[in-house]
Amino acid sequence: MKTDVLIIGGGVIGASVAHQLAKYNLDIILVEKASDICMGTSKANSAMIHSGFNIDGGTLKGQLVLESNKLIKQLCQDLNVNLVKPLGSITVGFEETDLEKMKKTMENGIKNGIQGMKLLDQRELHEMEPHLNPDAKYGLFEPETGIINPFEYTIALAENAVTNGAKVLLDTEVLDIMIENKTVKGVKTNNGNIDAKVIINAAGLYADKIAAMVEDIDFEIKPRKGQYFLYDKKWRDILTYTIYSAPTKVSKGMIVVPTIDGNILAGSNAEAVEDKTDLRTTSQALDQIYASTISHLFPELPRMGDVITTFTGLRASSTNEDFIIEPAKTVKGFINAAGIQSPGLTSAPAIAARIEGLVRDQHMDLDFSLKANYQKGRKPPIMLVDLAYEERTALIEENPDYGEIICRCESISKGEIMDAVKRPIPAMNLDAIKRRVRAGMGRCQGGFCGPKVLNILSKELGISPLEVTQKGSKSFVLTSKNKELSLEEGDRNYEKIRV
Amino acid sequence: MKKSEYDLVIIGGGPAGLAAALEAKKNGVSKILICERAPHLGGILNQCIHNGFGLQYFKEELTGPEYASRFIEELENSDIDVKLGTMVMEIRDDKKVIAVNREEGMFQIGTKALILAMGCRERTRGAITIPGSRPSGIMTAGTAQSYVNLEGYLPGKEVAILGSGDIGLIMARRLTLEGVNVKGVVEVMPYSTGLIRNKVQCLDDFGIPLLLSHAIIEVHGKERLEGVTIAKVDEKLKPIEGTEQYVSCDTLLLSVGLIPENELSNNLGCEIDKVTRGPVVNEKRITNIPWVFACGNVLHVHDLVDNVTQEAEIAGKAAADFINHKMNKEEKDVIVTHDKNIGYVVPQHIDALNHQEQTIKFFLRVKNPDEEVRLIVKDNFNKTLLNLKKTIVEPGTMVTFNLSREFVTKDTSSIDISITKEQAQ
Amino acid sequence: MEVKKFICIGCPKGCSLKIEHTEKTIHEISDYSCKIGLKYAKTEFTEPKRTITTTVKLKSGELPFVPVKTKEPVNKEKIFEVMNVISALEIESPISVGDVVVSNIAGTGVDLVCTRNIKKVS
Repeated sequence: MKTDVLIIGGGVIGASVAHQLAKYNLDIILVEKASDICMGTSKANSAMIHSGFNIDGGTLKGQLVLESNKLIKQLCQDLNVNLVKPLGSITVGFEETDLEKMKKTMENGIKNGIQGMKLLDQRELHEMEPHLNPDAKYGLFEPETGIINPFEYTIALAENAVTNGAKVLLDTEVLDIMIENKTVKGVKTNNGNIDAKVIINAAGLYADKIAAMVEDIDFEIKPRKGQYFLYDKKWRDILTYTIYSAPTKVSKGMIVVPTIDGNILAGSNAEAVEDKTDLRTTSQALDQIYASTISHLFPELPRMGDVITTFTGLRASSTNEDFIIEPAKTVKGFINAAGIQSPGLTSAPAIAARIEGLVRDQHMDLDFSLKANYQKGRKPPIMLVDLAYEERTALIEENPDYGEIICRCESISKGEIMDAVKRPIPAMNLDAIKRRVRAGMGRCQGGFCGPKVLNILSKELGISPLEVTQKGSKSFVLTSKNKELSLEEGDRNYEKIRV
Repeated sequence: MKKSEYDLVIIGGGPAGLAAALEAKKNGVSKILICERAPHLGGILNQCIHNGFGLQYFKEELTGPEYASRFIEELENSDIDVKLGTMVMEIRDDKKVIAVNREEGMFQIGTKALILAMGCRERTRGAITIPGSRPSGIMTAGTAQSYVNLEGYLPGKEVAILGSGDIGLIMARRLTLEGVNVKGVVEVMPYSTGLIRNKVQCLDDFGIPLLLSHAIIEVHGKERLEGVTIAKVDEKLKPIEGTEQYVSCDTLLLSVGLIPENELSNNLGCEIDKVTRGPVVNEKRITNIPWVFACGNVLHVHDLVDNVTQEAEIAGKAAADFINHKMNKEEKDVIVTHDKNIGYVVPQHIDALNHQEQTIKFFLRVKNPDEEVRLIVKDNFNKTLLNLKKTIVEPGTMVTFNLSREFVTKDTSSIDISITKEQAQ
Repeated sequence: MEVKKFICIGCPKGCSLKIEHTEKTIHEISDYSCKIGLKYAKTEFTEPKRTITTTVKLKSGELPFVPVKTKEPVNKEKIFEVMNVISALEIESPISVGDVVVSNIAGTGVDLVCTRNIKKVS
């Protein structure tokens, strides 16, 4: 296989770069080692579009987040992606020292060009957020912060790229990078070699490993682990704005925020870990997040019960702390987009624009003329819950599968699930369906619809139910058919738990 | 949108909906519609292929599908309408129900009265926030039951079960019969939360250990589940350090509680009891909305389908009385309170002027297991209305009793129910 | 004289039953609260029996399996023998509640019967 541009990594950065470059008459291949795009850092984060009010505008990430804020609304509109911006944020403080910090944050925000920020006294604070802990004293309001669904956003970017001719290869892991005469030649993957003129390293947590295939590097990706609670939609009205607890040294502060879909998301702590696959939640961290932030800010939110799920995200922070967006120092045709931690989701459009500039600078004989039939949007998936009743009826008349509700918690039809399997980037497993259409994302967490979605996947993909996975690779849901296991004395394993 | 009119719409065609429909029919309601989201009537009974149903109601032991078929056959011989594969999307306060199915798209049904019979769902791993990784191979016992009994697939080869709820115990036996090694049932409480007979016939018969006062403190495995760490817990249910043990398994089934599915009722404005998580009702199973009734697991989680049937018949008859204008015009609300040993009582209040039935049927659950206690009902004048001996009470077994209507007079303002060790005077 | 205790599985109450016996001779059964309990105690002492409920493969039915039960309880020791016979079965739809799938399954003297009506699909 052969391409002009090869992008390593199907997170929001890889997808943004693919989207950015797909405008031009370039061959683009994006490779992703997981079974779907948006499977790493992009999948598990606070899902916020940061305004940049609390970031150092002198850093690269500061510049990029501010630049992105000018681009993202139009981008989401073009791609039919739900974005709530401006929504606004309130930083909440309990101590005098918090107020001092807020004043500094406000100065910083003003310096970054954010307008309309305001310090809130206790009365104003509780008028704006009546469910806050009554002890909360100080507030800093900032009007620009927004929220987005990171899956929808990343998938939309990649779908647009595919619509414009890019190829996305899933379950494809880069094993090595081929270099000749100090110039990249392509990559070796588990699915064969791909020749490429330019390679973009958007490998997230593994960006250091990929960069080191090319040359000696001066950074490492040290995952910073954060754990989150996702609450039932019935808590949606507990807040209006995105809420920050007053910041600490390692984090902008923890957050309690609404999600695009109407849940409440709360987290996260920051813990440096070595293992890049460590997506475990721990009771210590969950207890601590709950005690120090969630119940501290919103005492009504429970520790268990109305929690839909708890999960862990790994931020791909580099030892340089800032984003690393630059070409390799000694090899031509290789560009790093590494160390993209928060606010990476927000910065993605500006990062992609920078990468385009860097690709052009490589002078690798690439055709940067605009595609004649370039599509700036994508055909958005049909979401019945967004449609008026009459429109739904018309659709169901055309295709009765839209009238068969599979996921009762989120009211998702069979037709919508079948569509997800047929999108430009097909959903191949239960979690991929969940990320695209929310079937199984609700309060029963797929308890009722799981078996039905599994059957639909099995039929649509033409595979046995035994081959359907939760999240790709070997994450099978079922292990055998009834009546197939041996019932003979000697064959059965009787080992029980003993204490 | 297509429109139709009924006297009574019942949401849910499981045991509650079926019995409510038949009872309403017997009491003279002419146009009844059941909306059922599944392609078959019977609800969860279809996957409960084990026996143990019907001992109270039919005085014989039936399996779940057999129990359901008794009602389904009766219903098929009646003129009650059924819409299968039909999901109710919204109940509007102008007595209009909006539903969807393949054949009709979105459509509207006008009704005079409504019975909520949507059942319940299982508590998930997320809800109890079990820490660890997120591999496949973790599911609720009911989901596993659906895979095994309806789809014909097994979820794993080596199984640990968290929670001693009845579905978990039933699945321990069901999987064992199919050749799966069920390694044990882990229960955080110091007692089994399921019925004692299920511990005997589902665990003891097959040598499956029940580990009381144990919790699963971590799940392991990146793709498919590889194992769980269990630990003993103290009286506050906190894991005791040093008691951790790794148990290898490819499947974890959860049987950690059921939650009434009241999203529709909530959106309609039904007042919800924080403990039962179902609507607040009076003895006729009327919610705070006069034309809306509730019965079965949507009202509170039952352990016996026989009780669901009885409760559904109360709701079905009451809905019929409402539709036929047979309800007494005046009401007098008597509040039902209970002591701290009781988790909840249904109904939460009663109408002192309703003289249609001789007795009032109560359901309650205790908070903790106890032996040799008395169940005492007193009114606001501290007069003892009922004093019953209970040899054993357990949270897993619902306590039912009838109170004679004559004890509730127009002067009664509240009745209090207690479970106590003391001997009554 | 020895004492053996059982928990009755005859109904959800789960009564604790007591049997006083000398080897295989029962002297007294106590603590039962109905005749199901009395009968259960006797059989549980002499020859424990259980009703088996499971599924059987179904050809061209609305569902791939039909639920079945042993019409009467069978000797507990024979549970897996019965299950082994059932594993190999495949029956034709349509099927109705009470239809006999196998008579005298695994020599237990008990019939295996269907517990659900399932239609045939073409």
